[in-house]
Amino acid sequence: MSKRVVSVMSLFVILSLLAACAPSPTPQIVEKVVTKEVEKTVIATVEVEKKVVETVEVEKPVEVVVTATPSAEEAEVAYKRNETLYTSGAAWGPPSDWNPFITWSKANTSGTIGLVYETLFLYDPLADKMIPWLAESGTWSDANTYDLKLRQGITWSDGQPLTAADVVFTFELGKYAGIWFNPMWKWLNSATALSDYEVQFKFTNPLYQEWDNNLYNIAIVPKHLWEGRTEEEVTSGANENPIGSGAYLYETHSEDRNVWVRNENWWATKLLNLKPAPKRIVDIRFSSNNVALGAVIKGEVDLSNNFLPGIATLAEKGYVQTYFAGPPYMLSANTAVLFLNTTKKPMDDPAFRKALAFAINTPDIVNVAYANLVKAANPTGLLPSLEKYVDQDVVARLGFSYDPAKAKKILADAGYKDVNGDGFVEAPDGSAIALKVTCPFGWTDWMEAIRIIATSAQAAGINIQDETPDYGAWNTALTTGTFDMTLNNWAGMSNTPWTLYNLLFRHPIVEVMGSGNFGRYDNQQIFDLVDQLAATPSSDEAGMKAICSKIQELMLTEMPVIPLWYNGLWAQYSNLVWTNWPTEAADTPNTLPSTWSGYWQMGGLLTLTTLKPVE
Amino acid sequence: MRRYFGRKLLIYVLTFFLAVTIDWLIPRFMPGDPVQTMLSRAALHAEAREVMYGYYVRAFGLDVPLWQQYLNFWNALFHGDLGTSVYLFPQPVVKVIMRAVPYDILLLLPAILLSWFAGNHFGAIAARTRWLDNTLLPVGYILTATPYMWLGILLAWVFGIVLGIFPIAGAYSFELRPHLSGAFLASLLKHWFLPFASIFLVKFGGWAIGMRNMIIYELESDYAHYLEALGTPRKLIRKYAFRNAILPQITGLALDLGVIVAGALVTEVVFSYPGIGYLILQAIQNQDYFLIQGCFLFIIIGVLLANFAIDIAYVIVDPRTRLGMTGEGA
Repeated sequence: MSKRVVSVMSLFVILSLLAACAPSPTPQIVEKVVTKEVEKTVIATVEVEKKVVETVEVEKPVEVVVTATPSAEEAEVAYKRNETLYTSGAAWGPPSDWNPFITWSKANTSGTIGLVYETLFLYDPLADKMIPWLAESGTWSDANTYDLKLRQGITWSDGQPLTAADVVFTFELGKYAGIWFNPMWKWLNSATALSDYEVQFKFTNPLYQEWDNNLYNIAIVPKHLWEGRTEEEVTSGANENPIGSGAYLYETHSEDRNVWVRNENWWATKLLNLKPAPKRIVDIRFSSNNVALGAVIKGEVDLSNNFLPGIATLAEKGYVQTYFAGPPYMLSANTAVLFLNTTKKPMDDPAFRKALAFAINTPDIVNVAYANLVKAANPTGLLPSLEKYVDQDVVARLGFSYDPAKAKKILADAGYKDVNGDGFVEAPDGSAIALKVTCPFGWTDWMEAIRIIATSAQAAGINIQDETPDYGAWNTALTTGTFDMTLNNWAGMSNTPWTLYNLLFRHPIVEVMGSGNFGRYDNQQIFDLVDQLAATPSSDEAGMKAICSKIQELMLTEMPVIPLWYNGLWAQYSNLVWTNWPTEAADTPNTLPSTWSGYWQMGGLLTLTTLKPVE
Repeated sequence: MRRYFGRKLLIYVLTFFLAVTIDWLIPRFMPGDPVQTMLSRAALHAEAREVMYGYYVRAFGLDVPLWQQYLNFWNALFHGDLGTSVYLFPQPVVKVIMRAVPYDILLLLPAILLSWFAGNHFGAIAARTRWLDNTLLPVGYILTATPYMWLGILLAWVFGIVLGIFPIAGAYSFELRPHLSGAFLASLLKHWFLPFASIFLVKFGGWAIGMRNMIIYELESDYAHYLEALGTPRKLIRKYAFRNAILPQITGLALDLGVIVAGALVTEVVFSYPGIGYLILQAIQNQDYFLIQGCFLFIIIGVLLANFAIDIAYVIVDPRTRLGMTGEGA
């Protein structure tokens, strides 16, 4: 027996010796040396050369990789550093599908929509502009008819032309219950192809704001490849090896990466003179932000969309670049709002809610919890990209800011007094107040934020403790309305303020509020205004502003939710291999530097077309 | 012998049934709703969420009463169907596990076996070599007591970032596409080494300490003294002591091997190495009933097989067990 064990073990010892040798010259480096030096170096000196190359690699890993010239057959399997863009921060799990209709898993195959499948329009949030993309133009010929013209000369990557039939087919897939844009068919009547490049949409009761949003979010799929599929295949098929019309093609994937390769026959190169600079995009999934930080420092990742606390220090020292050179460094991506459960006491009292808004130390959240990586939110909660819809008069009159003295005064005026002398106020009816503010466990920045919320509220005399349940438990409490107060940020960058108001004032109020108004704030007046906004044409900016102003007036008077800060569009980039990244400066592009799913069609793709390789 | 294994087998079947039932129950007792969690990841329009919620609850078979879900589960299990992952929808659970587990086996199997082999031998030598006992053992204690996370980060930082000789993430270079070549294999080995070394170091310390203590205990036992008194060569006494001391180590080894399919969560996080550990954590956080069930099913099978292997191994390596069975049979 012992002999057998020894022989097996010795096999592993040999393996371990091999492993121990791994750090020293690997065959990979030998090959490089041979291809470079083969003419002038005799074999005997290769040994020496190896060591030289090795030490160079230790010091400057990037340069060696750049100068490496793989042989022709190797080019298939080894990507050239100066042709490849390494990204991270979008995916948090292994790739599971490439189906553009399963939207929640797209983070793990970010690029399915945007790089492979494309939308009719793009939207530029910084300029607040819809950019015709697959569509050449789209116009409302009357209140209930939308005429869409497609660009001619667009082809799928298998060579077939993209026509009106594909668009109609895609929109009609929405008639399946499992497709996210299914509810649109309640107010959309028909989609008809008038010619090969013209589609007419007829509506019964058009929701213009949502329609625009759908125009840049519904990815068009090829009819000739999808029409034979069953409902189940369409709604929940993995769709491996996707065929789209976009700038990149699916190349390969593994547990921790997705690789996309440039589509050399992309229509926009011919029609719009756009060509993405990187030949390949390797989108990496790191299992923790620490590892992502290490990769950024080593220059192994060109664009990181991870949240890296303390990246400001590295940006100041010039290791990485960010959109803004100073605080908040990042563009604002979504608003973190504090939902108050208005069905519970004392959150049913507007005076209490208002006092709480003044009591929360948002400057500390921004400076301490985020080390200046975020910006305090406008009291209306609208993102900077939608600032034109903020009624400054209303904000000046009714807005709030951190002011504990004022919080105490509002509480005292409304009858909240410390009766039992424990340092915390009791409700006017004498009952004790003990509340909990929650966020999911593991969201370290938010955990720090709710700690600050709790301590600053306590300082103002309101007894609030912070608590961090698991995501599942948090989610259940959120949707069934059993929480006291909790953070949420489900309204991101959008073409319309309606997106935020739909989250804050979702109605009607039902048993499970899955997608908004978690605090179950019931106010028919505000609900009517939100509906009115949804049905306002986006061309009627004055009308939109008027409605928004009324909503803001009501919201800031009643304070059912408290907007606190803007989460950033986390993005840090390295200039070692690729340059000309978007920044606030005028001589650089002003597009979104993001690889997150849903952001490709908001400018992420355009960022790729303006990148320049470092010479 | 037959009765011995027959009884063992019956116990294993019962344990399997109970363990799998608990495995099925526990995720369902967790607060939360997997479909709601899944849909909350999509920036869905309000109405769409409600419609799709109903659609997916039906698709995952969560709309029927619990007892029926339980029967459906056993039925599917016997047909080799572990269901579809919610977290990695629409991938079948079997495929998710099969894709991730090879990384763990390649990482953990050598680490466990080598550390066991090396740890036992060093421990045995250290037990009777004073200077080794004073140098190696304290190191072993430190290694075992070190929080693994800390050790891993330290290794990644020193060898990955400061010295730059090892990569800090991935199972192979992000510049390579898997193919059969020296360069690719070297890349695999290079990425494998740090995670392997970190597990090896920690486990090595544990085995060495265990073995050292066992040997000292055995050398102090009556039979050792008796042999000594008879004038038996020291080498032979040590050989007997080693054979006795190895028994608990074999149990430990088998249990370690049994949970290989559980992966090495912290290693996977620290070195961003693919594997099942990270997926299990994600599955639990996302209440992915089916992926949790599937992963734990394999862990249960692994532990049971390991225990069975111990039963057999003991019959071979420990004559007392054999004797016991003969006595029982007679």
